[in-house]
Amino acid sequence: MENTTKKPQISERRKFFTNIAHNAGLGLMGGLLWAGYADKAKGSALTLRPPGALKEEDFLSACIKCGLCAEACTNRPSNISKETGKPRPGTLKIAKAQDDVTIGTPFFIANDVPCYMCEDIPCVPVCPTGALDMASLTNKNNELDFRLMDMGIAVVDPNSCIAFWGIQCDACYRACPLMDEAIKLEYDRNERTGKHAFLKPIVVMDVCTGCGLCEKACVTDKPAIFIQPRDIALGDPGEHYVKGWDIKDEQRAIDQEIGDVTTKTERSKKGAADYLNEGVDFE
Amino acid sequence: MSISRRDFLKNSAAVAAAGAVGISVPATAQEAAAQAESDWRWDKAACRFCGTGCGIMLATKGGKIVAVKGDPAAPVNRGLNCIKGYFTAKIMYGADRLKTPLLRMNDKGEFDKKGKFKPVSWQRAFDEMEKHIKKALKASGPEGVAMFSSGQHTIMEGYAAQKLWKAGFRSNALDPNARHCMASAVVGFYQTFGIDEPSGCYDDIELTDTVVAWGSNMAEMHPILWSRVSDRKLSNPDRVKVVSIQTYTHRTSDLADIEIIFSPNTDLAIWNYIAREIVMRDEAEKIIDWDFVKKHIVFAVGPVNIGYGLRRADDKSIKENKYSALEMETVSKEMQKAVSAKEAPALEPYGYKEGDVMKNIPGTLGHWEISFEEYKKSLEPYTLEYTAKIAKGDPNEDIEQFKKKLQALANLYIEKDRKVVSFWTMGMNQHTRGTWVNTQSYNVHFMLNKQAKPGSGAFSLTGQPSACGTAREVGTFAHRLPADMMVENPKHREITEKGWNVPLGTINPVGDQHIMKIHRDIEDGVVKFAWVSVCNAYQDSASAHHWINAAREMDNFIVTSDGYPGISAKVSDLVLPSAMIYEKWGGYGNAERRTQLWRQQVVPVGEAMSDTWQMVELAKRFKLKDVWGEYTLRSGTKLANVIDAAKKMGYTEDTTLYEVLYANEKAKSYKADPNKFPQKGFDNTEVFGDSRNVKGSDGEVFKGYGFMIQEYLFEEYAGFGRGHGHDLAPFEVYHQVRGLKWPVVDGKETQWRFNVKYDPYAAKAAKQTGADDFAFYGTLAKALPQGDLKGIKDETLKPLPNKAKIFARPYMDPPEMPDEKYDTWLCTGRVLEHWHSGTMTMRVPELFRAVPEALCYINPKDATAKGFKQGELIWVESRRGKVKARVETRGRNRPPQGLVFVPWFDEKVFINKVCLDATCPMSKQTDYKKCAVKLYKA
Repeated sequence: MENTTKKPQISERRKFFTNIAHNAGLGLMGGLLWAGYADKAKGSALTLRPPGALKEEDFLSACIKCGLCAEACTNRPSNISKETGKPRPGTLKIAKAQDDVTIGTPFFIANDVPCYMCEDIPCVPVCPTGALDMASLTNKNNELDFRLMDMGIAVVDPNSCIAFWGIQCDACYRACPLMDEAIKLEYDRNERTGKHAFLKPIVVMDVCTGCGLCEKACVTDKPAIFIQPRDIALGDPGEHYVKGWDIKDEQRAIDQEIGDVTTKTERSKKGAADYLNEGVDFE
Repeated sequence: MSISRRDFLKNSAAVAAAGAVGISVPATAQEAAAQAESDWRWDKAACRFCGTGCGIMLATKGGKIVAVKGDPAAPVNRGLNCIKGYFTAKIMYGADRLKTPLLRMNDKGEFDKKGKFKPVSWQRAFDEMEKHIKKALKASGPEGVAMFSSGQHTIMEGYAAQKLWKAGFRSNALDPNARHCMASAVVGFYQTFGIDEPSGCYDDIELTDTVVAWGSNMAEMHPILWSRVSDRKLSNPDRVKVVSIQTYTHRTSDLADIEIIFSPNTDLAIWNYIAREIVMRDEAEKIIDWDFVKKHIVFAVGPVNIGYGLRRADDKSIKENKYSALEMETVSKEMQKAVSAKEAPALEPYGYKEGDVMKNIPGTLGHWEISFEEYKKSLEPYTLEYTAKIAKGDPNEDIEQFKKKLQALANLYIEKDRKVVSFWTMGMNQHTRGTWVNTQSYNVHFMLNKQAKPGSGAFSLTGQPSACGTAREVGTFAHRLPADMMVENPKHREITEKGWNVPLGTINPVGDQHIMKIHRDIEDGVVKFAWVSVCNAYQDSASAHHWINAAREMDNFIVTSDGYPGISAKVSDLVLPSAMIYEKWGGYGNAERRTQLWRQQVVPVGEAMSDTWQMVELAKRFKLKDVWGEYTLRSGTKLANVIDAAKKMGYTEDTTLYEVLYANEKAKSYKADPNKFPQKGFDNTEVFGDSRNVKGSDGEVFKGYGFMIQEYLFEEYAGFGRGHGHDLAPFEVYHQVRGLKWPVVDGKETQWRFNVKYDPYAAKAAKQTGADDFAFYGTLAKALPQGDLKGIKDETLKPLPNKAKIFARPYMDPPEMPDEKYDTWLCTGRVLEHWHSGTMTMRVPELFRAVPEALCYINPKDATAKGFKQGELIWVESRRGKVKARVETRGRNRPPQGLVFVPWFDEKVFINKVCLDATCPMSKQTDYKKCAVKLYKA
């Protein structure tokens, strides 16, 4: 479903090429003891990957842990400190043994340093293997487009979000680089006071890139808005429920691969004749 | 029953929440909460920050404020706050709070202007202040001793400062940062109504059909009011219209039905366009309420060649070449300028044409009455064509689209039976024609009879918590005395001198040292002592490098009292640790005339002491013979020796200012009684000293004044306004209620002034005029000569009691506009998360984290054209200076091409080095919204 992921599936052909590069990379880094081990070490499913990262499984097989993306992130001009003239800690980190992330792979912690969604997305073109996939971030005009980024999605916990209590906050809304697109405000009347309005942040699923600037800006002790990988945070209604009121939604159903349409339950599994020949139990 | 801390928090939160929504809580939960809170104390107070004036509740435990909640009983906010409001206690506990006086000293322990800050005793601090004030008085007279005051001074602090300066030192070099904030609104009120402050109140929001925000980002700067506007919109989305008129898109446009992006300064033209529609269409459509206008309004005009409040050619620092050739390109316009093609049509009715050299005479408040026909003539140029041509602010917007919006705006105002509120904040006030544009708002509302009525009126929103309550009502401006009295008026001085029990002739009649003048006087070497109190005068003033240079490099003594070290403290010679908001008794007055008092909740940190205490202690160091001798001011005006007159009043020449101004017989009649409401159960450091046993100005432990000094200051001040349309309730009452809107007459507050139905003063005045609806009873400038748009024709003063004025005001260019070298407009302002210069809010981890630095908001097309990448550092450079800031092309502020917005809260992006110190020449308020810059990669 389009809302649940913007990520591309890796094609078989691409997989073939990245595997070659991967193996070459491993060859180069053969001296590093952990390189082989890292492949097996399973990181947390909650890991946020750089922009353009392939689906986690494909990403892990494509990433050669070269660290070029993190280096590009740190050294981008927009990361230069005003005071020192030197780079600040970048968004992308390379996982170490103590991180709950496959060692050597790039990730970020939104609450620490979020992704600033650079226009030229410097972390991606430097990727030698396509683990960070330029194609997924390239728009119809053949330009890199930060709006296509898909690192995760912001989730609001309405119980701990103080805007849902009526407090005038919207810090996340103002911090959002796609303000009023990725986070919108829902206005509701506050019946208790009789004269104020709730201004509640609502995440627009298919616009949010998961950059984490909202999580970083959130003023509650533990952020009430936070980034999670899409496949963790979101459900999937499947293709069965087609919106009858939305002509475009048919496409979803049309696009599905139609295989065997037969349905099976406990009730139907016997076949009609077998069932009928059982007879009827009168006792 | 034992409960964990977690359960306790849960329970008290549940009770607070349930109480707020009016549902009952099970008895066991209530008991648990009561038990948990037994060593907590909740008490009410006003929020520390903006002019909205929300009520808050503070919980104190173990001598610290441990929790804050919105006050559900407060009519303004009903238990809600914005996020800044919730940190109103946390601001007190930053790790780098100033805790002891700090003096610049050399190794021998002597004061040294080039020395490093080292801790000193309060006694030493006062020794130095005393010495340097005496030196300044000797060198320059009373004009040499200045205080930068504040719209965040409490009512009592402002009044204490006013007495010390105006009666004690006989100096009118006392001016609040509120000058930067709403002085144009004040002069607008004076010129139009003859009395300060809004006619309406916040209840207008719930009653109106139309909210027009002019140069105001209410959504960020007045969040709680904005949530009320939002609610009103939701209550009837089709009927209620919101219009956002701004120079760039921001949060306030989110809710707008119409957004108008105008070119800086052309709000003058848009108001005139609306007025022109009203006047020109009146014959056919019967728009003007002629009955109202004839009964209550006169038409007026003043000179247009009033300059821009910049330095004059004969100023000492100009003659000494302290201004660069680049700076002088702009400053020279103060003396004269050529009329531009853009403004020529607007100035034609006033006798100017394109290319004429306009010789400027520094701002005057003078004005004269004209006929309606003359006013009509002044509006003729503002056709839809001309207005749209000069006012369209987004070069990429279609002009026909823009015209349609202007028409729709005019029609909303004009529509019969449609109620309209016009709100504005800094956009209309920080403006080189700020006074003009303020008066223009009333023009439109008056002609339509949509002013001073429930749900209708032009309403100036103030930025600071007590810009109204202290700066304006107490009168801590250079030219003001309490209750709308003026230092230049001999009768007003006399009333004040009698009220203060000081000799007639004590108060200096020349009140011209407004904030920028104080800075300039320091640079000119006239002011030798300046005290920065509850503001950050060196971060918040434009052309900052001049003032910082003057403070650091010249022979003077600068003192800053603050809770935290900021730029002002950094450029000072002496830094004093101040008690912060709830570490003292205090009171604020908000934008809707609501006065709110609070009690001291906790003992201050370290050796911090209240600003009132600091002023009262300083007064102990001065005897009448030190301050009340004869002086000749710069203007030649003589201040007589009043020591003999003082002796006749029972003082001696050795009587101290402390005894005259603060610890007099009247003061001592306000008894300190810790067993009586509202004092019972609360600390009062000023009255009793406190558990810290701080050593005071004499080196002895300070044991308190022994009388209820806050009540004395409040009551004596309130005495000036009672019976004169500014009536306040007694001190004690404000500790029982959630504020009251003055005038409070017979215990009742006033919602709509000048309206006979609601305002007892209007009712009284109307009895004399025979009117049954309105009386504009303000008394300032209520007798005018007669003339036309070009000048006075008849000097005879015609009285106009109970009338208000409509002013003819043309569009004019600001003194600095983008050109080939400096091609971009710069506008500065605030963000929701931070308060002013950030000295308090940058210490709150949550707020710092949310907005850690000031960004340069720029249109993405401009960024692309200049080759800037998002997040990259660029230089923002004007003729005065430059700062490095990060490019932001997305997010909350979205300027049109040709304009950038850089907020000023961040001292590391010191934007006031770049901004221009041009002011409205009438109000002397700086225009922070307009200057020209160039941008390039850092």
